[in-house]
Amino acid sequence: MNFAVLQFPASNCDQDAVHALRHVLGHAARYVWHKETSLGDTDAVIVPGGFSYGDYLRCGAIARFSPVMQAVQQFAANGGLVLGLCNGFQVLCEAGLLPGALIRNRSLQFRCEHVHLKTLTADSPFTNQIPSDKLLRVPIAHGEGCYFADEETLAGLKANNRILWQYCNARGEVTDQSNPNGSLWNIAGICNDRRNVAALMPHPERACEPLLGSSDGRLIFESLIHALQNEQRAKVA
Amino acid sequence: MKAKIIITPKKAVLDPQGKTVQNALEHMGYTGVGAVHVGKYLEIELTNGDKETARKQLDEACHKFLSNPVIEDYRLEIE
Repeated sequence: MNFAVLQFPASNCDQDAVHALRHVLGHAARYVWHKETSLGDTDAVIVPGGFSYGDYLRCGAIARFSPVMQAVQQFAANGGLVLGLCNGFQVLCEAGLLPGALIRNRSLQFRCEHVHLKTLTADSPFTNQIPSDKLLRVPIAHGEGCYFADEETLAGLKANNRILWQYCNARGEVTDQSNPNGSLWNIAGICNDRRNVAALMPHPERACEPLLGSSDGRLIFESLIHALQNEQRAKVA
Repeated sequence: MKAKIIITPKKAVLDPQGKTVQNALEHMGYTGVGAVHVGKYLEIELTNGDKETARKQLDEACHKFLSNPVIEDYRLEIE
């Protein structure tokens, strides 16, 4: 598969994503600079973590208007798969590709630690390979990851199984204590209505090898690859 | 001409910064302090002479870019 990993000024998890995709999962991945107006030959887009444009004004607010994001809007409108990680989540919300917003952590502190995630549905291109009882242990590293949306939006996310991941404790219980940033309903990641755009605040790309303390993040990329392979098979048939 | 834009978090949005400032003010002994909301202030120098055109354009910019309507309200003044 061909992955496009976006690069904004001050992206800093782009290399982690390319490393995980190329060297751990064995797929083609290349950087796409923010000034590019085309994604080229791409099967899926990763909007990586970092501090795009210095996080000036609001996280993701400036990145959202970059030329490459217009190409991503088009790619998503055509049904292409887009995954945002950390700052990528903020960018996709600002771009209106996902609902809601990420605001300052409840604690006002930058949180850098491992968390547990519960996957709420296998019915998405981002979760289809995650066993229903499997908790994902993945790192977070953010200061503005508190998910907020109005009640109507939240109800819609729930009703349509669009909440993909929630923060939980090591026993899989979704508690206030296991919520690292104050996100409403412990939301760690969501997808759009069409289920081809998703994002999460944690960093699965930093949890794909035992050397990094957890390989659980692989399951998210393997889901994505599985979905793409199914899509290709369907096209051939 | 100059535009002054004040952006504040919506009342329904958790504002831990405002809450912390409120607590600090109370702790310092300032009485009668209610809810605090911490926002942003932007000052934009305008080179276009027409006030109404400027207002229309900036209003759109506030909605599209300078504020996020999901979490923030804004107030635009031109003088």
